[in-house]
Amino acid sequence: MTLIELANPSRFLALASRVLPWLVAATVIVLAIGLYQSATAPDDYQQGATVKIMFIHVPNAWLSMFVWAVMSVSALGTLVWRHPLADVAQKAAAPIGAAFTFLALVTGSLWGRPMWGTYWEWDARLTSVLILFLMYLGLMALWRAVDDPSRAARAAAVLTLVGAINIPIIKFSVDWWNTLHQGESVFRMGGPTLDRAFLIPLMVMAVGFTLLFVTLHIAAMRNEILRRRIRSLQMLQAGKPRTAA
Amino acid sequence: MTALAALIRRDVRVALRVGGGALIGVLFFLTVVVLMPFAVGPDLALLKKLGPAILWLGALLASLLTLDRLFMADLEDGSLDLILMSRTPLELACVAKALAHWLVAGLPLIVATPALGLLLNLDGAATGAVALTLLAGTPALTFTGMIGAALAVTLRRGGLLLAVLVLPLSIPVLIFGVAASQAAATGPLSFGTPFSILCALSLASLVIGPFAAAASLRQGLD
Amino acid sequence: MKLSARDLRCVRGGREVFSGLDFTATAGEAVAVIGPNGAGKTSLLRLIAGLLASGGGSIALEGGNDELTLPEQAHYLGHRDAMKPALSVGDNLAFWRDFLGGEASDMEAALTTVGLDHIAHLPAAFLSAGQRRRLSMARLLAVKRPIWLLDEPTSALDTAGQDAFASLMAGHLADGGILLAATHSPIGIPAQELRIGTIA
Repeated sequence: MTLIELANPSRFLALASRVLPWLVAATVIVLAIGLYQSATAPDDYQQGATVKIMFIHVPNAWLSMFVWAVMSVSALGTLVWRHPLADVAQKAAAPIGAAFTFLALVTGSLWGRPMWGTYWEWDARLTSVLILFLMYLGLMALWRAVDDPSRAARAAAVLTLVGAINIPIIKFSVDWWNTLHQGESVFRMGGPTLDRAFLIPLMVMAVGFTLLFVTLHIAAMRNEILRRRIRSLQMLQAGKPRTAA
Repeated sequence: MTALAALIRRDVRVALRVGGGALIGVLFFLTVVVLMPFAVGPDLALLKKLGPAILWLGALLASLLTLDRLFMADLEDGSLDLILMSRTPLELACVAKALAHWLVAGLPLIVATPALGLLLNLDGAATGAVALTLLAGTPALTFTGMIGAALAVTLRRGGLLLAVLVLPLSIPVLIFGVAASQAAATGPLSFGTPFSILCALSLASLVIGPFAAAASLRQGLD
Repeated sequence: MKLSARDLRCVRGGREVFSGLDFTATAGEAVAVIGPNGAGKTSLLRLIAGLLASGGGSIALEGGNDELTLPEQAHYLGHRDAMKPALSVGDNLAFWRDFLGGEASDMEAALTTVGLDHIAHLPAAFLSAGQRRRLSMARLLAVKRPIWLLDEPTSALDTAGQDAFASLMAGHLADGGILLAATHSPIGIPAQELRIGTIA
């Protein structure tokens, strides 16, 4: 099935209802395996049990950027290919991306607590993720500011692409700012190269979270399509004269 | 009372719907506070010292900039005409509008304060103090800012003019709000004195704001 | 009840719009305010509604409710419909009913009369210009006020809407109301004519 065939929202809805149960099942299974492996993974000799936060934190951090990449492709779809589902995909992804980013921040801060002694350190990585979170919120605010989705779509697409270009620049600036001010800061988040005992559960969790994103995304796209259908039905109803009751 | 409750309910609902922009203020607050460390550096000791001031400045700007449309939207769609012609005194209608605005734009700032306090390395007591002073002080910001919003309607101009008109008026609130928070965080002054003055400022603005705004709206009839 | 104006004068932006205007309307009487663009038809209505500062002269209402001012006993139907697009048709009307102090039961009947009861749950943003005008008319019915000040009431209405509105106005007059309508076209009910401005 090609992208063009999927362009028909009805076909997408039919596909979504067929695929979603399988996706939900796959997500639950992979996440369950990942969580079991994470729970049984050995403690780190330096960080103790807190290292297990990594199994949640790293997939969330990875998805926070992956979702923006998905939105950027959708933005291109809106602006260049005029794909009718592109802006639906983009709008549906934004809150999910924001949620993953928020979880990355919270887990990062919980992880930082035993290591830094504070919940928050203006560490270059955490700070970059915080800015990414703000950009997600801004994008969601943009979607909310305009009533008509097709008008909001182009503005949001431009903002997403500008963001995609800007994120590396912001990341670079924050790194530079952080080392400029904070040479003595000790951070071990990079840590030594990971042992297999950690690597395998981490990969399983990453796959599980990606599946979770795909599931949520397809479900959210379905909801958005239905929401727009309701909207156009309502507009149709408003335009019709009253039938004699 | 029904009339005022209806006005508050309508304004809150409009603000929460699509296009209402209820949470833009708190997002602005978040962004301003996050920007500060990039200017002053990530030194946690310094941020802890500046924390209350940064939070108060952010809240001040956020609550004033969102006031822009307080009366303008009602002017544009003709609601203001009908509010002027109602049996409800205009002063009370202004109170209701300001209250609704505070509920959707002021209260979220206070709710967001603990999270931002965490970013600025404030401890529990200092964060609590800032939240408490904001709770006591943001009504004063809304009610003085309302005067500017009413003037903006009279002059058919909004945006930066509103900020220029209103920011000087909010200096006392800023002084005592930050003073009380600093006192709670670091001492040595007592928390009670500036906090009482802050409460007094809020109560005074609750009286002055609606009268000044209503007078300005009546003058601006056209 | 009698609404009368003596030697009314209106100044806007330093320019005199009209002066020496007199009229009297008694209960059950309609006044059609006629004049070219810029003659001050809207200004006259807004002046009576208390939305414009008077430049001189006097307006008096005899036999109304003495505890209320003239604007508090008047409905003003302007070009702007005072409805929030984000709220539903029913919520918009319910708000004005509550805020202006109408009867609780009037709303459904008002929406039915103007033919919007079937879409009361939809956002006002979906309404066409004519439907928005009908929604404004529903406000006149949901809240009882003796004086109606109508600015181009039938603009944006189709023929059926104009007929419906004419019967609403006739009903209002039959109840002993007073009505002033600024208009370019006949409003569909007998009315005394008040010409303002120079007729070209």
